[in-house]
Amino acid sequence: MIKNFGKYILMLYYIFHKPEKFGVYFKRLSHEVIELGVKSLFIVSIMSAFMGAVLVIQTATAIESAWIPDYTVGFTVKQSMLLEFCPTIISLILAGKVGSSIASELGSMKVTEQIDALEVMGVNSIGYLIGPKILGSLFIFPIVITYSMFFGFMGGGLVCYFTEIIPVNQYILGIRSFSEDNFTFIRYALTKTVVFAFLITSISSYFGYYLKGGSLAVGKASTNAVVYSSIFILFANYILTQLMLI
Amino acid sequence: MITVKNISKSFNGTQVLKDISFGFEKGKTNLIIGKSGSGKSVLTKCIVGLFEPDEGEIFYDNRDFLALKSKEKKDLRKEMGMLFQGSALFDSQSVEENVAFPLRMFTNMLEDEILERVNFCLNRVNILNKNNLYPSELSGGMQKRVAIARAISLQPKYLFCDEPNSGLDPVTAIVIDELIKEITDEYKMTTIVITHDMNSVLEIGDNILFIDNGIKKWEGSKNEILNVKVKELHDFVYVSKFLQNIKPK
Repeated sequence: MIKNFGKYILMLYYIFHKPEKFGVYFKRLSHEVIELGVKSLFIVSIMSAFMGAVLVIQTATAIESAWIPDYTVGFTVKQSMLLEFCPTIISLILAGKVGSSIASELGSMKVTEQIDALEVMGVNSIGYLIGPKILGSLFIFPIVITYSMFFGFMGGGLVCYFTEIIPVNQYILGIRSFSEDNFTFIRYALTKTVVFAFLITSISSYFGYYLKGGSLAVGKASTNAVVYSSIFILFANYILTQLMLI
Repeated sequence: MITVKNISKSFNGTQVLKDISFGFEKGKTNLIIGKSGSGKSVLTKCIVGLFEPDEGEIFYDNRDFLALKSKEKKDLRKEMGMLFQGSALFDSQSVEENVAFPLRMFTNMLEDEILERVNFCLNRVNILNKNNLYPSELSGGMQKRVAIARAISLQPKYLFCDEPNSGLDPVTAIVIDELIKEITDEYKMTTIVITHDMNSVLEIGDNILFIDNGIKKWEGSKNEILNVKVKELHDFVYVSKFLQNIKPK
């Protein structure tokens, strides 16, 4: 356990070594932004829209009372999406999609000696392969989560429009109400996202890069990457919530 | 020239290399031969710095590799090219990008100059009009040749080849062997080839190191190997019926 943590810290140390050539690293960074972020937009938009839609139906059903105004549904959806669903649940989904992809990519490179080839050339393989993934995710994940919030609200709005469970204008009023705390909530959500992005990419990279064994070990590394990323996301979620919201 | 002195290496208490000393000569194809698991790959990985030996010294033209600082080691590595057993081409890059990689990473060449050099290297290994293909679209022999092109793109002084013809048919294997020999002569490189293929030994073995169970048992050239008296090497060389039939009396 301590040995693994030490290796993880050493890996992070090597990431911040000076790149051999900034241009090549920047190209790699752009590639990672597309691979990790842009290529996740489809699944994120589907998940978010359905989460928003289901949340509207569940909330509207749960608070069917003449004493509670309809816009409460919109407000509840906003709070749930901003505070928890978008940053945490979408990050857990990304831990599955992106985390397993990173671990299997690096693991395959390890098994096929591509990482050794980089080292023999004199390239800092950790800096070249993992650095852009971490930096890319820190940049693109907050954008993906903002996009997810938009789609979540849209999903809820579409349910209101098609099912008339509550009037659309009441839903929008709920979304816009009590907006003085919105900045705090968005800052909280995006801070969480940045921390989760770091955890997902660094933990998954660790499992892929330090893989030992053959192709069977690649599958195991991929599973470990998802499991440990998810556990650490939940743990960090609790800590950050305690620190930032109380 | 690469000189190794008294190299020893253990993994989890098991000694894999025991006190190996040898001189790999410049302008020659130096072979490390031995059975599977004899320590050939570990010795090569120690020489290129992928493993750190427990004891011993490694000199690249009188530069003490193990005593070099990290930055100096990196600079020295730019003088090395390595062909891995499975080629180790980058899957996500095309043939052209693979060969251009060291040039883009370590030189300030313009894009036109890089492309010119890439095409020169690919032509040198007889890979024509395959620039935009990906490694998975190439045959094993072609992958090896592209890997050689990548290894020589920076005009290295030292070339390492880990079982360059494993998994190849005999004809392609000889093509790869001859290519390595030609490139070594042409660029006056110090080339180290790990192999257990006797065809390669007899074809390109200018200077041969035989290892058995991590111990150096013999050194010599392809002209001497058929007359050896060392039992382990004799058994290794004359394992095939064909060679038993041409064994000198």
